[in-house]
Parts: sequence; C-alpha cells; structure tokens
Amino acid sequence: MSHDHPHEHGHDHDHGHHRPDPLTPAEARAKAIESLLVEKGLLSTDAIDAQVAAYEADIGPMKGAKVVARAWLDPDFKARLLADATHVIEEVGLAPSTNQLVAVENTPAVHNLVVCTLCSCYPWAVLGLPPTWYKSFAYRSRAVIEPRAVLQEFGTALDESTEVRVWDSSAEVRYLVVPERPAGTEGLTEDELAALVTRDSMIGVAKVKAPALAAR
Amino acid sequence: MNGVHDMGGMHGFGPVERDELTFHHEWEKRQHALSALTRTAGLRNIDEGRHAIERMPPAAYLRATYYERWAAALETNMVENGVLTQAEIDARAAQFAADPSAAPTQRPNPQITARLRADRSNLLPVADGPAPRFAPGDRVRAKNVNPEGHTRLPRYARGKRATIERVHGSHVLPDAHAHGRGPVPEPLYSVRFDAAELWGPQADGRGSVYLDLWESYLEEDT
Repeated sequence: MSHDHPHEHGHDHDHGHHRPDPLTPAEARAKAIESLLVEKGLLSTDAIDAQVAAYEADIGPMKGAKVVARAWLDPDFKARLLADATHVIEEVGLAPSTNQLVAVENTPAVHNLVVCTLCSCYPWAVLGLPPTWYKSFAYRSRAVIEPRAVLQEFGTALDESTEVRVWDSSAEVRYLVVPERPAGTEGLTEDELAALVTRDSMIGVAKVKAPALAAR
Repeated sequence: MNGVHDMGGMHGFGPVERDELTFHHEWEKRQHALSALTRTAGLRNIDEGRHAIERMPPAAYLRATYYERWAAALETNMVENGVLTQAEIDARAAQFAADPSAAPTQRPNPQITARLRADRSNLLPVADGPAPRFAPGDRVRAKNVNPEGHTRLPRYARGKRATIERVHGSHVLPDAHAHGRGPVPEPLYSVRFDAAELWGPQADGRGSVYLDLWESYLEEDT
C-alpha cells in the first residue's frame, strides 16, 4: 500500500544522511513495546513482519465483491449465504472467517447499513481493514440516530418508504451487506460483476452503480 | 462503563470526513500487528483491549488518533497483565525518543512464529454453551443498568423495548472476560429496536437498529 503520509520519515532507508524527524510519543512507545516483547521471547520479529506483509498484500474489499457477485448469479449460494455466511464464503475461495459472519440483503424495500458505535468492528474476512471514516466519531455517533442523513452525505438518497436497518456490531458477529444488483448487468460474468461491487456498497453507505455510471 | 467510547446517538461530531486510508504512518502497521499478535500469543484478550481503550481519560481518547488509542491500550494491558513493567516501557521509549532512527530490536524466532500462526482467538460461537432462554419473535427489554466495568450494551439501548431477531449461539461474555473472569459462554442474540423506540420524535424515518446482545443484558418485556 502506498498510503503513507507525505511527511513519513525517510530515514528507514537512508541512515545518517539527515537528521531524522522526532518520533511521536505513541511511535516511541510502540517501538519500546515491540523491542521488549521480542527480547523476552514472547513475540518474534518475523511474526510481526509477516503480519505487516499480510496487511499490505490484503486484497481488501475484492473478497466481499466475489461473494456478492456469486450471490447475484447463484440463488442457492445466496440462500446459504443469507442463512449463515460464516463458512459459505469459503466456497468462493476465501480464507475461513475468524468471526461469525452474517450477510444481509438490500432490496427496493429494505436498506442495510453497518456500523460499530462502541469501537471499530468491521468484517475483515470479506472487506479487509476499514477506512478511517468508518472508525470516525462522526460515523459512529450518527449512523444509528440519523442513518438517512449519513447516507445523503455519501450521495445515497432513499425513498421515505424504504426501511433502513442499521446493524451496530456490538459483539463478535460481523455484517456484510449484499447490495442490490443494478439494472443493465444482465449477461455479465462473475468477475465483471465483482468489479462493479464497491466497499461502500458492502458497508451499506452506497448503492452499486450500473456499468455505464460506474465507469464515469 | 458509561465511557466516551459509547458514541451511538451523540451529536456534535459534524459530517463524516471521507478519509479513505487505513494507515497514515508506517508505525501504525506494526502497532496493528503487535495488537493482534499479543492476543494470539495469549498475553491479553480482545475484551481487555477494548476495556483499556474505554478507560482512557475522555479528553485523551478524543484527542488521540485511532492507532494511538490502540497503542495506549496495548501498553495498559501489558502492564496490568504483568507482561511488562511501566518502568521498562518508559525507559525504552525514552531511548527511542532520543535516537529516532534506531530500529526496534530484531529477533527472528521461527518457533515462536510457527506458534503464533495457530490463531487461538475465540471469536466464533462456543459449542457447549447454555441453552438460549429467548427465541426469535420474543419481546424483550434491554436492562436499565450502568455497570462500571466493561459491557457491550450501549447506553442508547438501555431500558428500551425490542424483539429477538435471531439466536447467534453462545459467545464469550465480554463483561467477564475483560476482567479476568471466564471465558463464560452465554447466548447471544440479534435484537431489533425500532428507531422510534430508541430516538422518539427525532427518529430518522422508518427503520430499526439491530444490536448483538448477550442474554444477561436482556429481560422479558412484560
């Protein structure tokens, strides 16, 4: 991931050529705790490196997109997914979820939205790690009390008659929204459909756009 | 606890700023790895981690970035669980602050790494939990309680009427697990609260909020 802040320290690969930036207190403490834990033989440097590499290699929401595309094409798969998603995701080649997983389906009558008001619970097994906005105080506080206003900010307007279901992930159960399949996608392959499915649509803050719109 | 972390329904945080990044600095990736691996290694559990974040002084919680909160929680857990001492953390952090280009100690250890690959996190339902007292469709009420310790019953739902939507099976009760008791498996339910029941006239149209609540958070609605 090339997601680093522009002021990220350059000294990691550039020892001694310039004065390094000071560390933030949290960064110094994280280095201290890492050092102490590996020195005591409780963790190992290679285990930490492997974990970091796993985050960097994570295909993120592409995993959930495969699940959604399969659900759009295969009614039996969708029925199993909606009944108990935890193990069904392995059918599209995903790693087993370490959390119980529940899939909820958007329809013209029902729109689902996922949040964690208490912390930042997120369906890693299908969406990867969450974006910062999902963990923000604004999203956490508002998604339960004014979901339609939040959806409006994401450009998602719902009919008044649509029922909004907000899933506040207060335990170790994780939620995946199966968005509505847009019109104009008849005849597309599973891979082509998966390419249309966005992370936001699987959190429930957006709808999946038809191909012509998605290309814009 | 009635902490600042319990944000559902609060006003005043403004619009959702669309920051799409997961990490903003390299150290945050290592912090994430440390937070995960200390759980896998059995040095702390997820509920102790959450409770440590909740106990941050409210002003510090609000000021901190996401991974600064994770870092604070890990430090609290390591000290409280007797894994590290505050003095050794402070001393080593001072050394890194004085020499910012110094890398953390490098100590590869294939045996430890292999052991950490076996994930012992207990986030799935427990097979041999007690039989559930409630069934889908049952009318319940979230208890009106204000525990000082860790709980996953948000304030906005306490005392409110609801309907059992689905039985998730038994899960480890966080209220015990965060305090060194347990694991105590208890039935967990998906519970549906009508938006109007939660928010009264300020409800945002037709809808509901679903919470995952443990059996001891609920009572029959009589």
